[in-house]
Amino acid sequence: MIARLIGDAAHVAVGAASPIPATACALLAARGRHLRVSLLHKRKGNPFSEGSRELFDLAGQGRIDVFFLGGAQIDGEANVNLVRAEGRRFPGSFGSAFMYFAARRTILFREEHSRRVLVPKVEFVSAPGSSAPGVWRRGGPQALLTGKALFAWQAERRRFRLESVHPGSSLEEVREATGFDFDCDPSVPQTAAPAPEDLALLRGPVAREITANYPAFGSRVWEAGISHSKS
Amino acid sequence: MDALPANATRFLADAEALAALIPDGARIAMPPDYSLPAMAVVRALVRRRARGLRLLGVPVLGMCADLLIGAGCVAEVETSAVSLGEAGLAPRFTEAAEKGEIAVRDATCPMVHSGLQAAEKGVPFMPLRGVLGSDLVAGRPDWKVIQNPLAQDDPIILAPAISPDVALFHARWADRAGNVWLGRRRELATIAHAAKAAFVSFEHLREGDMLEDELLAPGVLGSVYVSALAPAPRGAWPLGVADEYGIDDAHLMTYAKAARTREGFRSYLEQWVLTPEKSFSPA
Repeated sequence: MIARLIGDAAHVAVGAASPIPATACALLAARGRHLRVSLLHKRKGNPFSEGSRELFDLAGQGRIDVFFLGGAQIDGEANVNLVRAEGRRFPGSFGSAFMYFAARRTILFREEHSRRVLVPKVEFVSAPGSSAPGVWRRGGPQALLTGKALFAWQAERRRFRLESVHPGSSLEEVREATGFDFDCDPSVPQTAAPAPEDLALLRGPVAREITANYPAFGSRVWEAGISHSKS
Repeated sequence: MDALPANATRFLADAEALAALIPDGARIAMPPDYSLPAMAVVRALVRRRARGLRLLGVPVLGMCADLLIGAGCVAEVETSAVSLGEAGLAPRFTEAAEKGEIAVRDATCPMVHSGLQAAEKGVPFMPLRGVLGSDLVAGRPDWKVIQNPLAQDDPIILAPAISPDVALFHARWADRAGNVWLGRRRELATIAHAAKAAFVSFEHLREGDMLEDELLAPGVLGSVYVSALAPAPRGAWPLGVADEYGIDDAHLMTYAKAARTREGFRSYLEQWVLTPEKSFSPA
């Protein structure tokens, strides 16, 4: 799904702790699509020779087409909170307060789809989903992808629209687990499953590449997958 | 024999000697876990019971900060995040922040980079796009929003120059001239340029002067910025040094698990930090 969302972008950057977006980028590359992927945490052959500063300078110049952000909380206006919620402290805002403005498109991504995460209003705005007229802003949210569904961002209405519900989930379940209001067609489609050839790539060359950079994620996902296919 | 110039690089015996030069209350700029943290010096700071340190994450922090916070060495953290990456939340930072035991000045990565770049140029601030509308701004009275003087109706935020007391990091090589080789981690040079003093631990000492080698020179931090150097073999462990040793992922997971409780953290310290450094460095 992330690979579909990346669409025709030429340069995708992946920041801290984002193994699933990195996997999508690796899948596109494995399909033979010409795509420049800048992986901040790449251990060997890292794309930068000035660390993360270079990532932000690239974005500032408009050289990053797609970026990914998660959030401890995400609200219906696409505001992102990475700092604190319900008395709990989270790691911090990272580069979100800049990248959300400077990257041409941002895909919001969070596996957990619950009212704890998808809230009516975030407790702390690390990075705002939209900006007042007159405030410089090159880009903003494109979509919100969770473990249950895909939402598209409607900039003019400042609201999400439910695009599709993943197999194994339902519209009712998505409504129940979402703390904010969103637009929705009652006949919302099911998210298309990955093609068999993509699955083969994911379990082969993509798994090897991602495990080199995100070893814990790689062993969790693919070793589990292997044992599952044996059973 | 001529006296050394006042700004000559000092060669010290070990990480303990570097840690001894860092006073309580110092504002220390440190890199993320992926960019050559001086872990041996961090452990030595814990052993010397440093207090009141003010950490600056450039632009984020990881295990080095969590160790210092858990050991009670830290009064304040200014950073864009503290995290152990794949090993999860930094447990000692998280608890200390939730209980108000440390002050946290939340930032966003490019504001930190820009503040250091202003300091290395000797100018008072650097403008940056974005950030407006983030709640971070309300918590940072030192960040100023002005009208772009070169345009109309174009508010823009200014990162004030940041001059930390100490830049602290690890390097693969140092040489007899006091130069340090950072390789691709050239963002560390900016920290050293901006800081009042740079203390660097290193893996290996090279003979000669790396600035005379055209291939090495682009990755060199010149000795003019380096206040003191000390050897620390495997000094980034359990983090890595490219082409020397990789990240010890299993150890990071062990730490993350142990540090979930104060008791677990104490026993981690007993086992891995409070013992003399040489006795445990794995091969």
